[in-house]
Amino acid sequence: MDNSLRGKLAIVGAFDTNVGVVPGKTPTELCVAAALGAMADAGIDRSQVDGLITCNAFAEPILYHAEAVAEYLQIFPRYCFSVNTGGGTTFTVLHHAASAIATGMADVIVISMADSLRSSMTRDQARRVQSSTGHPQFEQPYGLTVPAYYALIAQAHMAEYGTTQEQFAEVAVSCRAHAARNPSAQKQELISVDDVLASPLVADPLHVLDCSLVSDGGSAVVVTSMERAKDFAQAPVYLLGVGEGHSHEHISQASSLTTSAALDSGRLAYEMAGLGPADMDFAQLYDCFTPTVLVELEDLGFCAKGEGGAFLETGATRPGGSLPVNTHGGMLSHCHPGNPGAMFALTESVWQLRGQAGERQLPGAEVGLVHGQGGIMSSHTSIILGREAA
Amino acid sequence: MSDTSVRILPPVTALTEPYWTGCRKRELRLQQCDACGKYQFYPRILCSHCGHDSLSWRRVSGRGRIASFTVVRRPMTDAYPAPTMIALVDLDEGPRMMSSVVDAEPDSLHIGQAVRVDFAAWSEEISMPVFRIATEEASP
Repeated sequence: MDNSLRGKLAIVGAFDTNVGVVPGKTPTELCVAAALGAMADAGIDRSQVDGLITCNAFAEPILYHAEAVAEYLQIFPRYCFSVNTGGGTTFTVLHHAASAIATGMADVIVISMADSLRSSMTRDQARRVQSSTGHPQFEQPYGLTVPAYYALIAQAHMAEYGTTQEQFAEVAVSCRAHAARNPSAQKQELISVDDVLASPLVADPLHVLDCSLVSDGGSAVVVTSMERAKDFAQAPVYLLGVGEGHSHEHISQASSLTTSAALDSGRLAYEMAGLGPADMDFAQLYDCFTPTVLVELEDLGFCAKGEGGAFLETGATRPGGSLPVNTHGGMLSHCHPGNPGAMFALTESVWQLRGQAGERQLPGAEVGLVHGQGGIMSSHTSIILGREAA
Repeated sequence: MSDTSVRILPPVTALTEPYWTGCRKRELRLQQCDACGKYQFYPRILCSHCGHDSLSWRRVSGRGRIASFTVVRRPMTDAYPAPTMIALVDLDEGPRMMSSVVDAEPDSLHIGQAVRVDFAAWSEEISMPVFRIATEEASP
């Protein structure tokens, strides 16, 4: 029996709600709206859905989240769960959904995620809940914000490889250049490396513009089997490879500050796909902070270890570059509503592979990599998507 | 929602009580494995190196080196001063721990710098281990 998930899952629907500052909508309403939008995109109605996956929302925590969303929608799935982890969530559940489709646990699964960090929480509340990723006894009491945890990685990379603040800043500049072509993005005004360095320091060496946005928004996809994929309204996008890597939860326990388990997730995804970094037409790399992208570029094999800074300086990740990264603008410029943050990289990838990405469409995009991570470079999932199943 | 006007106090458990009692007495204590002899941090019910379940508390040197650091300019809440210097410290006995650095110039911090533990009393129960830049080099 062929146990590989290669080609066994197809994304047949994708939808984002309005993102950025979206007042007056609860996370549940955004989650339901995203789910309905993705079903409409797939050309199906609620009765055809037999699986639902959601993530919990910081601004409206619900004990049985997916069950509550199913009830709200009046769908009655035979496969239903929510996840409660951070940004890597999205991609990990796509892995689970692929497994559920392959084993017949469900035929048509909606994955929908939303939160309202910007409009439904105070800044202090948002900071406090996000930083709860730290160890409650041995990290959190010292008062680290989330940028502070990632700053520890940035400082270590600078000391070990000579990486500069300018090179980190290039990630933000590049994402903004993509966002300038995306009318949905929360921030569209072009910025320069000097703008990033002139923005206030948050946690050395990270400036305000090295940090992702705080947003509202929801995003959803509909997935099904390869066999059923042709029955839907849109051209399917296929899962070609997927892999996970989990190295720690607390950064003080990481075996390396500068090399992450993206090395493992990427290797597994490339092996399943039978493809390598050079085959990717784009990469959507989790960008909670600029150094995250630099480390991911290295660990996913787009450049050698320690050369992420030099790679970024060539402009390779910008629009028109050899490896466009975060073609929607990423969480640095498109939106970052917290747990659902990486969903928008997934929907963007679907549109790029369908040829529906408007002004920012990459000509002839056939295969792309999407990478999510959660915690503090802790929990990684890499996914390779393609226009053809074989 | 949690009170943002006070610092986060560590929730002490029965397992970690010797650590926090040590801090109150201005001693840094780590668990040492009775089987393999290695130290670990944070405290656990098993040795993270060999898996053995017999561990003993030892007072350690409190010396170490900065493995990485940051200066938090925008604190989590008003309860924390800005700037706050944060460091990951590699203790001479092996384990790495998160902590803060006190009484130093933020711009003078660097990776590899020798540090020595001190304790900051936050409440009657809780003294937090913090680090100062070591005046003499720590033993190699």
